[in-house]
Amino acid sequence: MPPGGYSHAVASANSLARLTGRVSPWLRQVAGLADRALVASMTDMLGEDFDARIARVPMTLGPSGVDPFGQDPEWTKHALACVALLHRKYFRTDVFGAANVPKGRVLLIANHSGQVPIDAAIIAAAMFMDAEPPRFVRAMVEKWAQALPFVSLLFSRVGQVVGVPDNARRLLERDEALLVFPEGSRGISKPYEDRYRLTDFGLGFMRLAIETNTPIVPVALIGAEEQYVSIANLASVARLLRAPAFPLIPQLLLPGGQLPLPTKYRLYFGEPMTFDGDADDDDAVIEEKVWLVKATIQSMVNRGLKARKHIFW
Amino acid sequence: MRGLGKVVVTGACGRLGKRVVRALHRVRPVVGVDRRPFPDRPKDVVHAQVDLRRKKLKDVFRAGDVEAVVHLGVMHDPRASAADHHSWNVEGFGKLLEYVAHYRVPKLVVLSSANVYGPQPQNAQFLTEDAPLLGGARFSDIRDLVEVDMLAQSFFWKHPETESVILRPVHIVGHVRNAASNFLRLPTIPTLMGYDPMVQVIHERDVVGAIEAALAPGLRGIFNVAGPEPLPLSRLIKLTGSRTLAIPYSLGKPILRRLWALRLASFPAPELDHIRYVCMVDDARARRDLGFEPRHDVESAVLALTAER
Repeated sequence: MPPGGYSHAVASANSLARLTGRVSPWLRQVAGLADRALVASMTDMLGEDFDARIARVPMTLGPSGVDPFGQDPEWTKHALACVALLHRKYFRTDVFGAANVPKGRVLLIANHSGQVPIDAAIIAAAMFMDAEPPRFVRAMVEKWAQALPFVSLLFSRVGQVVGVPDNARRLLERDEALLVFPEGSRGISKPYEDRYRLTDFGLGFMRLAIETNTPIVPVALIGAEEQYVSIANLASVARLLRAPAFPLIPQLLLPGGQLPLPTKYRLYFGEPMTFDGDADDDDAVIEEKVWLVKATIQSMVNRGLKARKHIFW
Repeated sequence: MRGLGKVVVTGACGRLGKRVVRALHRVRPVVGVDRRPFPDRPKDVVHAQVDLRRKKLKDVFRAGDVEAVVHLGVMHDPRASAADHHSWNVEGFGKLLEYVAHYRVPKLVVLSSANVYGPQPQNAQFLTEDAPLLGGARFSDIRDLVEVDMLAQSFFWKHPETESVILRPVHIVGHVRNAASNFLRLPTIPTLMGYDPMVQVIHERDVVGAIEAALAPGLRGIFNVAGPEPLPLSRLIKLTGSRTLAIPYSLGKPILRRLWALRLASFPAPELDHIRYVCMVDDARARRDLGFEPRHDVESAVLALTAER
């Protein structure tokens, strides 16, 4: 490459970088202040030093301070501090049965709801703040999210991985906690009239559990269905936009309605279930086992709904 | 005794080839094959200055006591035409395989690359040897490199009398000149805003070590070869000490395409995928069967690289 030509091409961009460089110490100071406030509030909510709790999370870091899947404890720390506010202050989640989650490899199988995947973040926050020992939860991310700048980076640094079976297997073999929503996008974009009715479960998680000998913890989350009231899911528009769903959410048109409604969350961790057999069995055989898990979660949801007095408190 | 007989190294005059020749000639006779001259070769190394596609290549084998062939002679010059690439990489390699089969050479080691899997959004974090070779799907210029790997695979099945080993190392860095090393040598390294994939690099000396390990009698198969622990691209760049320049992908791609067309950049635009998506391998098989263990950390690999700047 002619070095002159190349440096010419970047020279103007460099001067732009110098300009932003002048503003950046300022921004950094503001960010630092916000950061310290977040960490302080986190320590406050935990009743334990934030860093000390993070240090107790089982992790294998490489020499660069990042684990092989790209998770960075520093990034995760800040993400958790943000999600903790949602978890404890905004949705005021009541957590039941966190002690049911076994040590070592585990598959958390949960109902999926709420139009945007806040439920995943809340379950992750609960596993860090309310479970003992604290755990970082891995969830599987849609493949197309990898093509999004910043989003893909954030997901990777907070420990979320691309949703391919090979990654799941590898994580479980490393004795990690994996969160799976077998309903997939069918579940999260349910219209309001179908709330708390589980849709079809995929079978992949059961084959994975059998293959890697992993206990399954059924998880039920109550409260997310009402955060965005979707009156319909326009499948034809979704197909047109190549989006997984196109929910109609009237509240988005109201000022401030873009935020989810501050419903009260209730999060239930059930007793671990173990399955054996052949991971390569026919769908019919696997379906029976999946049905067992689905029925357990549905009944946990039903009981949770019966126990709650009000949507908002 | 097997393992000490004559070894033919193609691409012997490349930067990696020279290192392989220097490592091997201490223990066994070495014949270098390259169309370039090899003036500074060790005295006991025989050099055959031939083009792989020419009949003269046969003379190297005719003597009859070739015990192993190490194929490094892959051309990857992004400025060369697809026809040239195909003619050199695929046809040349095909000729070489013909002689290996005809003279019943007991060992063949082919240096392929982890790039044959290709960086893609749907890649598993660590690809195993049976992952599909999709490197050509988004970047058609490297089709011929995928083809070389596949040729070697079909040879592996068709000629069980030859112990064939295919090595697929991750980005080789050091004194070598390849896309990864050249990229990391830039005085200002462009990055894509909002992307920071995990990457694996391997020190050139570790690649030489893997080739030596693959030459051991009795070994055959396909092996991913990875270096030290993976790290985010940004940390790797930081080790080089160069400045970085973050560009949005939607802007960077057309700019790079333009610069490439004007011959101001030495990287074709599809190679941006390497700094956008993950393309990492699982090297468990190499560690288990080859007994391969990388000995050089990322810092020393970067040091070897920046020495050539």
